[in-house]
Amino acid sequence: MIWDWSYTVEIFPTLLDAMWVALAATVVAYSISLILGLFITLAGRSSFKPLIWLTLGFISFIRSTPPLVQLFFAFFALPQLGISLSAFATGVIVLGIHYSTYVSEIYRSGIEAIPKGQWEASKALNFSQAYTWRKIILPQAIPPVIPMLGNYLIVMFKETPMLSAITVVEMLQTAKIIGSENFSYLEPITIVGALFLLLSYSSSILIRKLENRMKYAHGNSKPVKSKNDTVMANVVSTIKHALSIRKTERV
Amino acid sequence: MTTYLEILPELLRGAGVTIQLLLVSTLLAFTIAFIAGLGRVSKHFLVRKLTAVYVEVFRGTSLLVQMFWIFFALPLAFGLELSPFWTGVIALGLNYGAYASEIVRSAITAIPKGQTEAAIALNMTRWQRMRLVILPQAFRIMLPGFGNISIELLKGTSLVSLITMADLTYQGLTLRNTNISQTTEIFVALLIIYFIIALPLIFTTRYLERRTARGVATQ
Repeated sequence: MIWDWSYTVEIFPTLLDAMWVALAATVVAYSISLILGLFITLAGRSSFKPLIWLTLGFISFIRSTPPLVQLFFAFFALPQLGISLSAFATGVIVLGIHYSTYVSEIYRSGIEAIPKGQWEASKALNFSQAYTWRKIILPQAIPPVIPMLGNYLIVMFKETPMLSAITVVEMLQTAKIIGSENFSYLEPITIVGALFLLLSYSSSILIRKLENRMKYAHGNSKPVKSKNDTVMANVVSTIKHALSIRKTERV
Repeated sequence: MTTYLEILPELLRGAGVTIQLLLVSTLLAFTIAFIAGLGRVSKHFLVRKLTAVYVEVFRGTSLLVQMFWIFFALPLAFGLELSPFWTGVIALGLNYGAYASEIVRSAITAIPKGQTEAAIALNMTRWQRMRLVILPQAFRIMLPGFGNISIELLKGTSLVSLITMADLTYQGLTLRNTNISQTTEIFVALLIIYFIIALPLIFTTRYLERRTARGVATQ
């Protein structure tokens, strides 16, 4: 092992600067996915059947094809169709759209957890559809799923190195440039890995705390049994929760 | 249409590599998932901590960074040089193995405590309890999660194109270099081929989800 500390110190500030690009990309892409995800959820619950099929098709197609290929498609093929955007803009839009399909699932689980009585009461009070969504359903559906949405912020942050493939100079791309200039990839890539670990692990601890607090805040006073913070486990538990609510209602 | 027929043979060659990579790395990921998942619920403190560190490191850093690290830094750090294929397999296996181990662990912890107590009352050993009582029940909870992981893994395989492995994405990129005018067709074809490869995985996962939900009592 030949780890060069002076080289490490020398390149560290450059990599730290590149981290801001990664963070900016994450924040913009995440905002896109939060907004678009909500529209996808609403479209999926429309009473117009073809719109539901279209949404489902869109979700499965986007979710089961690699984001890298989607990036290449947007970066190389869209200019041919007359749409040209900068690499950064292309990257954040593609990541935003890709993860909006995941985010919409979370919104959906939140909405499905709302007791049917809330809908019925709104109807009985003669609220319009839009008013019911805006004032009754969404304010109750979204806060409980905020921790799960937060998990996707971390997931998306970890996807930003992919943007290096379409020439966005984020952390990994910077590491590669430094590595090829100095013929040593060991230090830059290891630093990038360490920075990722530092940021995503500390934010996952924050989200776990938020999650515990949320569980109390929303009437579910049962303390969390396991320290699961995986996205998958969260989705499963919410779906289970949603199912159990529906089952008890039927009884 | 003729453009699609022209580019198809090249792309299918890449699709073969992608599927091969998918199968080998899925196998590795699920093996690791079971080892690490069981490690997380081990009675030994050290085993629990070590597997927890492994899971956090691989979930906390990006897959692409891991792939580059194994490809570029590992030879420098330990003199261990791997072919692009094995770099891909190991990075994908370790990364998704870490995610899947959480599915294994959460499925094991989801089994009601009464089952463990009953097994203890029946004088079963720890291993018997796990093998005969807990795992068979936990397994059906894990299956849909494994299905989802395999779809994620398929998407992850496209990253090996960035470490010069000739998979489906790489073939698409090289094709594009020689026929710039067909860029749109090439990438549309790429997306569709990936979707076709994913279809059996999607349907299997949906089937498993339905089967798992059937006849399960909720507390």
